[in-house]
Amino acid sequence: MSAGTEVSPVSAPLLQVKGLKKHFPIRGGLLRRVVDHVHAVDGVSFDMQPGETLGLVGESGCGKSTTGRCVLRLIEPTAGQVLFEGRDVGAMTPQQLRGMTRDMQIIFQDPFASLNPRMTVAAIVGEGLVIHQLAKGPREIEDRVVQLLQTVGLSPDHMRRFPHEFSGGQRQRIGIARALALNPKLLVCDEAVSALDVSIQAQVINLLEDLREQFNLSYIFIAHDLSVVEHISHRVAVMYLGRIVELAPSRALYASPRHPYTEALLSAVPIPDPTVKRPRIVLEGDVPSPIHPPSGCHFHPRCPRAQAQCRTEAPVLRELAPGHRAACHFPN
Amino acid sequence: MALLEIKGLKTHFKTDDGWLHAVDGVDIAIDRGETVGVVGESGCGKSVTAKTVMKLIDMPPGKIVAGQVLWKGRDLVPLPPEAMQKIRAKEISIIFQEPMTSLNPVFTVGEQIAESLRLHEGLSRKDALDRAVEMLKLVRIPTPERRVTDYPHQFSGGMRQRVMIAIALACKPQLVIADEPTTALDVTIQAQILDLLQRLKDEMGMAVMLITHAMGVVAEVAQRVVVMYAGKVVEEAPVQALFAHPRHPYTQGLIRSIPRIDLDAQHKVRLEAIPGTVPKLIDPAEGCRFAARCKFAKAECTQATPPLREAAAGHRVACFFDL
Repeated sequence: MSAGTEVSPVSAPLLQVKGLKKHFPIRGGLLRRVVDHVHAVDGVSFDMQPGETLGLVGESGCGKSTTGRCVLRLIEPTAGQVLFEGRDVGAMTPQQLRGMTRDMQIIFQDPFASLNPRMTVAAIVGEGLVIHQLAKGPREIEDRVVQLLQTVGLSPDHMRRFPHEFSGGQRQRIGIARALALNPKLLVCDEAVSALDVSIQAQVINLLEDLREQFNLSYIFIAHDLSVVEHISHRVAVMYLGRIVELAPSRALYASPRHPYTEALLSAVPIPDPTVKRPRIVLEGDVPSPIHPPSGCHFHPRCPRAQAQCRTEAPVLRELAPGHRAACHFPN
Repeated sequence: MALLEIKGLKTHFKTDDGWLHAVDGVDIAIDRGETVGVVGESGCGKSVTAKTVMKLIDMPPGKIVAGQVLWKGRDLVPLPPEAMQKIRAKEISIIFQEPMTSLNPVFTVGEQIAESLRLHEGLSRKDALDRAVEMLKLVRIPTPERRVTDYPHQFSGGMRQRVMIAIALACKPQLVIADEPTTALDVTIQAQILDLLQRLKDEMGMAVMLITHAMGVVAEVAQRVVVMYAGKVVEEAPVQALFAHPRHPYTQGLIRSIPRIDLDAQHKVRLEAIPGTVPKLIDPAEGCRFAARCKFAKAECTQATPPLREAAAGHRVACFFDL
């Protein structure tokens, strides 16, 4: 079952992100002084329930990957809070953080760059087991690695091989096995299937869905491909220039988008059926620079519905229907 | 007579491990004013086919082993480089995927558009630059008079792809080969570029060979579709017929493996992944190259190579069975 089952909101949230900001400094001049900032993430808040998949979509530079990395504290946020099972990730000491990384793992986009070419598959998948002392002795580690490889659909004979001997899809499976080794609760999938051909992409998506069910995993599924995100996610957050502009159950978001950016984004997705003819909203121009994002609503220079208020006042993300929030002064 | 007719084309590459059969017997015909989509996954030979037509393959290591590329009836394969130069950009032009790397960073975009105009149409520097401004206007770049003296790094990805289109169309070619023209772009920018290509095609009446891995793009833009797998054409049909009744198990798998945004949740099913991976193309064995991943494969599939046969009017498939 894809995306269909709703996750009940009664349990305590697994993850709470509050007012997250990440501004990267730009240095210039002779003394390499900070001359400006890239506002990569500019006030992002969301909650996640255990077992839930939250999709983060948006175009290049909207801050979706930076958000994912700030959640794991792979990069230090400039402001805001990340609470994992109620504990503040930002306030943790390095030792506490190391304990936390067992629960939160990441799968990267590029299956070519994210595996060490000098390590065997067994060493890559088993590394976390050794570091976190989850298995004792070579025998136990090997048993666990074999089991993990089988879980992701690889053969135990693959253990002694090196990453270059595998295809893109198989490498992505190795990356998934590595992430699963520590029995995480939350997996950040950062464009995890984007580099793969469609037939292989479908294999990996199906695998991720199976694993979610089998291990009750939660995913933050970051991707620019809206069809893929819609397929796998329970809820989807649409980002534009560092902010969430709309957050809704994936069914509601795609059936009735409230924010004009979401609407345009959805209408731009090519449909693999020549009999379907939909009106397309073609947005003029490019995404503005995140160094000096537009005033008020970041989307106003490209928005067909923009009014004076949109230029001066940033809309807050507010609830328009149960569970359906949008940041727009004039929503649909 | 078709505008372009590729017949039995084989382009192989010499590697340390043997000959790589990148394109291994490809037939594609394109009529005047027609948009033909060529789809397939990485390594299926779609880009090599395009580059062979343009004679942009490095030889060695590449080699056109067999076949013809008939351009208005005349075979381009034996043509010497100087004669090919006269056809390239003037009659057939190409748009590449990467607008970052396919523009020259040390020349202004105006000079790059003007280059082919001066070469092929003998325009003066001044006239060619005036035409470059017109071309930038045509591809809807704001304030073209100012932008014509800008360098590629001063443009965004989408704008650079517009510049590439301006260069490709400057000499009003009869065929434009677009090799993954929107793959590196965001979805809203992709929509802009596809819109633009479609509009220019209608205005200028050129034929387009659109190479892509995205079935959605093909469904929206192409009139006819050629599906390639492992160096061969496995299916060819009008776009409606291909999507309504895909006949090759690979095409069927390809269509069913894409998540569909336009279907409501009740219709959502588990994606139908194609098991296994693409075969190695170094000295491949006889037989259907999809057989190892095909759920319908029988013994005969690995013994002989299925020919491309007409299964219905205008619908050709390279499979022994009617599926």
